[in-house]
Parts: sequence; C-alpha cells; structure tokens
Amino acid sequence: MAEERKELIKLESGEAEQPFCWSAGVYGSKFLTELRDNKRFVGVKCPKCGKVYVPPRNVCGPCFAELTELVPVSDEGEIVTFTVVSFGFVDPSTGKQKPVPYGYAVIKLDGADTYILHYLDETDPQKIKVGARVKAVFEEERTGSMLDVKHFTLLER
Amino acid sequence: MEPVAVVGVGMTAMRRERRKDGYADLVYEAVCLALEDAGMTIDQVDNVVTVSNDFFDGRTISSMAIQDACGSYDKNVSTVEGDGTFGAFYGLMRILSGSFGTTLVCAHHKGSESEMALITNAMFDPIYERFLGVEAITSSALQARAYMDKYGVTEEDCALVSVKNHGNAFRNPVAQLPLELTVEEVMASPYVAEPLKVLDCCPISDGASAVILASAERAAKITDKPVWVRGVAHCCDAYHLGDRDLSDVRALQYAARKAYSMAGISDPRQEIDLVELYDAFTYMELMWLEGLGFCDPGDGGKLTASGATALDGKIPVNPSGGCLSGHPVLVAGLNRIIECVLQLRGDAGERQVDGVRAAVAHGVNGPCGQSHCVWVLGGER
Amino acid sequence: MGKRVAVVGVGMTKQRSSRPDVNGQELINEAVRAALEDAGISRRDIDAVVIGNMDHFEGINYVDTWSVDGSGALMKPIMKLTTGGTTGTTVAMAAYYHVASGLFDRVLAVGWEKNSESDTTGAIITAFDPFWDRPIFAGAVAGLALEATQYMHLTGATEEDAAYVAVRERRHALNNPFAHLHINLTIEDVMNSPYLSWPVKMGDMCPRTDGACAVVFASEDVVEEFPNKPAWILAVADRHLWAYTSDPYVNQAIENGWWFPALEWSAREVYDKVGIKDPLKEIDVAELYLPYSFAGLRYMESLGFCERGGGPDLVRSGATDMGGECPVNPSGGVMSSNAIGATGLLRVAECALQIQGRAGDRQVPDVKIALATGFGGCFWSDVLLMGREMPEKPRG
Repeated sequence: MAEERKELIKLESGEAEQPFCWSAGVYGSKFLTELRDNKRFVGVKCPKCGKVYVPPRNVCGPCFAELTELVPVSDEGEIVTFTVVSFGFVDPSTGKQKPVPYGYAVIKLDGADTYILHYLDETDPQKIKVGARVKAVFEEERTGSMLDVKHFTLLER
Repeated sequence: MEPVAVVGVGMTAMRRERRKDGYADLVYEAVCLALEDAGMTIDQVDNVVTVSNDFFDGRTISSMAIQDACGSYDKNVSTVEGDGTFGAFYGLMRILSGSFGTTLVCAHHKGSESEMALITNAMFDPIYERFLGVEAITSSALQARAYMDKYGVTEEDCALVSVKNHGNAFRNPVAQLPLELTVEEVMASPYVAEPLKVLDCCPISDGASAVILASAERAAKITDKPVWVRGVAHCCDAYHLGDRDLSDVRALQYAARKAYSMAGISDPRQEIDLVELYDAFTYMELMWLEGLGFCDPGDGGKLTASGATALDGKIPVNPSGGCLSGHPVLVAGLNRIIECVLQLRGDAGERQVDGVRAAVAHGVNGPCGQSHCVWVLGGER
Repeated sequence: MGKRVAVVGVGMTKQRSSRPDVNGQELINEAVRAALEDAGISRRDIDAVVIGNMDHFEGINYVDTWSVDGSGALMKPIMKLTTGGTTGTTVAMAAYYHVASGLFDRVLAVGWEKNSESDTTGAIITAFDPFWDRPIFAGAVAGLALEATQYMHLTGATEEDAAYVAVRERRHALNNPFAHLHINLTIEDVMNSPYLSWPVKMGDMCPRTDGACAVVFASEDVVEEFPNKPAWILAVADRHLWAYTSDPYVNQAIENGWWFPALEWSAREVYDKVGIKDPLKEIDVAELYLPYSFAGLRYMESLGFCERGGGPDLVRSGATDMGGECPVNPSGGVMSSNAIGATGLLRVAECALQIQGRAGDRQVPDVKIALATGFGGCFWSDVLLMGREMPEKPRG
C-alpha cells in the first residue's frame, strides 16, 4: 500500500485582535499633554533620592517612594546608546511593516536621570556616537503620544 | 505544614473604571495598604510574588509594568499567571521552603481597558472551539444549564444568590455594585446567555490587592492578630468542555478534601464558620458550596433558600458581596482570602460576622471552574 | 524547615524551527513523556505540575488549564508562571519551591514555546510599555543591540570578540542532538552575515524555535526511588528590576558602579549561599541564557568569571570552550535553540545531565558544580546553582 500522504494543516487567526485602551495615569497624562500642547518635556522627582524620572512614573523602585513633584526637563540631551535597525518587522501598534533602516537611541535629556527611547535622523552607525548631543524635533500635528516627537536630530555631525 | 500567617492585607476600591490609575498606581496603593495594615516597611518584605495575566493587560510580561510599584527592587520576585489564591499559594511555599520569612503577594486587573469577551474567548482551543465565540459567559451558561437540569435547580434559586450578595455589598466599602434587589427583579433582568441573566453575572472591574504572609517566627514580631493558614490545596479538571461532566465538581471536591485534611477538619459544615468563594455567576456559588461540602450535591439552592448562607445565617457565604459585587479577575481570589482574614481578625466592619474561628477562601482558574484553589484560614494555629 | 531538592529526570524535544506535525499540547506531551520515562515514573506519581511560556507567542490564555492533556496535570495541582525570557528558569525555581516547601515530593516543571506560530518580534514588542516604549522599540534584537553598543563603548570590545562567542556556541551545538541549529560557523561567516540591528548581525543572534522541556524535581525524602543520580539544587536567586525598556541602561553605566545589577546581585546571592569565591575555578560547567553573542562577553563579567571588560580575553583564551577551565553552554546554548519558554528550563536540564554524567558527546568531565541562568524582560536575571553533593542544609 502506498504511504499515505501527510497533510499538516495550519489555522490562521486572521483578523482576530484584542483591542486595548490603556491608562497613562496622572503624571503620564501630564507628560503627554505637555508634549502635545507645549512641546515640552516634564519629569517627576523622587522626594527621597532626588532622581528625576522621564517619562514619569508613580513610584521610585529603589526608594519605594511615591513620586508627585513634576519638574521641567530639556528637549536636548545626549545619546546613551544606539542602534540602526535594518531587519524588517511588523509593528504591532500599526499592523504595518516598519520602514527600515532607522536609527534609534536611548537618550538622556538634560535634567533627567532616566532615559527615553526615540528615533534618530541618522542611519549610518559610523556617524552616530555614544555621548553625542541631540535635540527633539516635533511633529506639526500632535496627538498626545511619544510620536509627537518626530525624532531626535544629531546636533554635531 | 509549618505555621504561616497572613499578617497584612490591602484592597483598593473595586470600580468599573479607574481611569486615573494605571496598573502601577493600583498596585502601589494596594501594597501600601497591606504594609500599613501589617505595620511593616517594604524593607521587611523578604520576597515578592506578583499576579497578573498577559492577555488581560494586553501585554506580554504583564508583571513588568509593576516592578517598581510592588516593591521588588533588589528582592527575589516571581509572577504567577492565574487567580490570586494560586499566587498566594506560591508565596506560602516560598516561606515554607525556609528561604524567606515574609512574602508580599499582589495582584492587579483592569477590566475596563479591554474587551473581556475576546480575552476569555482566548481560553478556548484555537483549532476546535474558539471560532464558536465561546467565552466566559457562554461557557458558564452551558455549565449552569448542565448543573440546573441535573439537580432541578431553578433560576429562582440562583437569583437568591444575586439578591444576597449584592445586598451584602452595601456593608463593604470597596465593593463596586451594592444593589437592593428582589428575586423578581433578578428574574426580570434580560438574558445574557440562557439561563444566565444580567443580574446573575459579575460586573467588569478595576482593582488591585495585596497580602503579606509570614513565618510564625516573623509573624510574632509583626502582629498580635495573625491569621493562620491551616490548609491549602488546588486541583485541575479536564480542559475541553466536552471532556468534563460540567455539572460535576470533582476537582473542587479533591482540593477541598486535601485542604480540610491539612487543617484537621473532618466536617466542614460544623467546623467552618464563614466562606468567601468565587461567585462570578450566581449558579457558581451553589455549585461551589456543594463542592466544598457545605451541602449535598444539588442542595445549594435549598441551603441558600433556608437563609443559612445569609450574613446572619449558620454559614455566611460572601458577606463581602463576592465577585458579583466586584470582580477584578485574579484579584478576586486574593480578595476572598483578605475578606476571610478581616473576618477572623474581627476587622470586617459592618459586614463582620460574629464568632468566626475558621473560614474558607476559594479561587478559580480557567473556564467553568476547571481549576480550584481552596484555603482554610483560622485565628488559631 | 524546608526540604532539599534534586532534579531526577529530564525530557526535551528535538528543538526545531517549526513543528507543524504537533499542536501545543502534543509538543508539551513529548517532553513530559520523555521526562517521566527518564525518571522511571508515570503520570500518577507526579504530585504537582508547574508550567510556563509567553502567552502571546501562541495566543493561548490560561495555558495551565489548556495544557492538561499534554502536561499530565489532569486532576492534579497545576500552576502557570510567566516572566518573559526568564520563564523557563522561573518555572524551575517554582518547582524547586514546591518541593522545598515540603508540600509536594515529586513535581514536574514544563517550559515550552511554539515560536513558529506567531510573529516573535511583534509579541516581544508588546512586552513593553504601550506609551513610552512600544512606538519606538524594535523587539529583542534591537534592544540587545543597544546593550552591545554601550558595552563596546565602555570596554573597547569588538564585533570580532562577539563573533568568537557565536562560533563557540554553534560548534558546541554540533555535540547536542537536540539542538535546533547544527551549523559550523567561522568568525568570517559571522562577521560577513548581514546586520540586523547594528552592531548585531544575523550570526550573533539566537534562532526562533519550537520546543519543549520537562524536568522532574524530587524531595530529599524520595530521591532514592529514582534510577538517576540526583542533581541537587544548591541555591536559587533572581532579580526582576525595572519597568521600562530604557531603565537598564541607566544602571548599567559603568560609572554607576554596577555592570548588570540583576545578574550580578542574583549571582552574588547564590555564590554567598553556597560559598563560591572564585566562580571560574569552582564552577565546572555553565549553561547560560546568552540570547546573542555579546552576552557571552559581558555576562561572564557580571557573573564574576573575569574583571569588567575582561570578557573578550576570557573567551579568546579558550577557558569557556569544551576542555577549558569552565565550559560554557556545551549544549550550544540559546544561540543554537531558543524556544523561549523552554529555554531557561533547558539550561537547568542540561546542568542536571552534566552533573549526572549523562550528557553524551557534550559531557564535561567530572562536573561537581554547575551554573544555570535565565535572562529576559528588562534585563532580568534568574540564577540557579546545582551540584552533585546534597547540600548540608536547605538554603533556597
């Protein structure tokens, strides 16, 4: 008898998705509205150790202290570390292929002690350095999201 | 089992939507309440177990958001994905191992941020069941029907649970849904999935809770009102609904027998003074009461109709108002434990039941009560 | 007082890029049956099951209750844990605490993943904060690339140094019949592979894998029942610091005093418990969660195998090769197989096989002490120290 041909079936989940609507919290909302309305960054300062958290959060982990004091921070800062993404992938936030290559970095804003992630306007890794100065470039149309910042631009090239 | 005590508890208010609060806000509030209740600082917490679910949070590694807020900095910490009773069980074992003197267990849930039906639909097998649209409510309706037909339990019997628990919730400041109801009003509420009507179902809720467990040695230094874990066990039934007799509660019976045996309880009807159980739907309170041995199979309705499970009855069930009056998933089981602790300490305020010496807390994982966890708590070791 | 705990049986599936011939429960069951057979027991003998994976890789909610046909947990206690990449070691630790508590004598730990069933990068991106991280974050590859850039900047390490690790891991994997990748790479191959996210190249990264692992943990009271020699758990510790993806880089800055605190602090905790002073000399084999090549340099420093910045010299000296002072990842490690929820548990299983002298072609001679680690989340770390001799007292 001829060997039975094995057919292995896969089931696609198709258009199934689980929509979410997350809360930014009080200080996260303040951060995003400042970004949207005034093109300004704010952080929140630990009453115990003085560390300024950007983006804001409600608790300083090491001190276990509640954070309530909003402080302004600069829209300029320096690159802590960076990469240039060249592999293609689907962005789960949009369901679309992310355009590559793009540079992105961990950025320390002046006046902040924690870091943010953001895009760079440079895709040649040889032209980007750890410690390089950068400045935020804002979108014209802003909605209250991290993407209200278009990218950070390298101030020295 | 070496003695382990609950030495601190904290619950946020359960609300339909706590828009102001992210997960970390809720958890920090609950953890601070538990620390205050225990008179402890975070430094006295030896390790942490967090409880969360990636689907409910819309987030792979759902525990990441709350690592600052739960106080786990430079501590051993782990995450149980399941009901709070299971998370607390892991916290207990970490103390019994001798590695830690205290464990903080916290759980959070925000039902307001997602589509509950789509998330509970994902409990079902993607190849054979999910496409039917079956989810928590519709699967429970199947179980309710199987149970009611087998024993002749009526929708009115179930309605009594709704009336009782929503009524009890008036005495619980953290409850979400105190309602003054009559059986007629419950019966007149629209069907969601026959035989379940709107007022047979728990609400969607936001909330968080925390408990602190301690070894006997540490408990003695922390509190003069420790509540002791006398027995705890869990057990899981078959997965596919078609593989189970949905009217049967054998996994619960098994877990309860084991927990009672650890606690030295031979007759729960005589030796347990109060029950807080997982009443996501009214019929569940009846079934779980039977599984826990408080009446014979099929007699849950009769027990309820007799008034025995009322606040002033022989065996008050869900004096807090239960999940029917506030159901942050996962948090729900921790709240059952916390309510028992408050009752045993005499700290339950307006919902306090007199003379509680032993109480049962109960939690559930999976569809139709597939996996049950049973805790026996007592004021004495 | 707690019980002492040993691994007495392990089972693993052959790790592959895709297993369309089995569904999730069946994949789990392959590993579970292998572990039970290895331990010489049946499903009936198991007192409790702990299981872990990352939900969004397969899209199954409540994997504990879903798994029972595969995991064997029908009418038994089963608990689900999930902590991202550390899930496998988290499951091992949970099994350890189940037994150490004295409540269970024989506990089955199960870690699994079918990474072929979803978009791995997409699911990893959703691990991070929807407001602050997700719009920009590009998944594990790019997150690790940020670490690599910082590491090279701070130490002067090179991409070639990292390539040594990539080559070692793949060479070791040739001895492991269960490994997913069986490829003989050269430094040039790695250096010439395309950049995924500068400075990380294709040859530097772990693969995506379908696989499962199951491990039987037993109490000191019952280890005699099992045919295999016990591989004792000497100590476990973990740190899951931080909430946002950019947090770790703050604390990892060299001027801040810590190199990789989650790993350093948990390693120091287990070393202190066991009395390890010189890990390179005292530990006979290490199975480390190295998701990419640069980790094989930097994490050696964090684990105290060499000074900060000494990773490249250590690796180039051959100390971490088979036959070296402390071979690292004789199995081929994560860079040769990465079914994420199984990966950490595989490290523990491999350490057990080494201690028991049952590791076949990948056996390191005379292993008395073995080190297993898990890595994941926001640079989180789990560390387990295992040994041939029963510890004098339980020490968690």
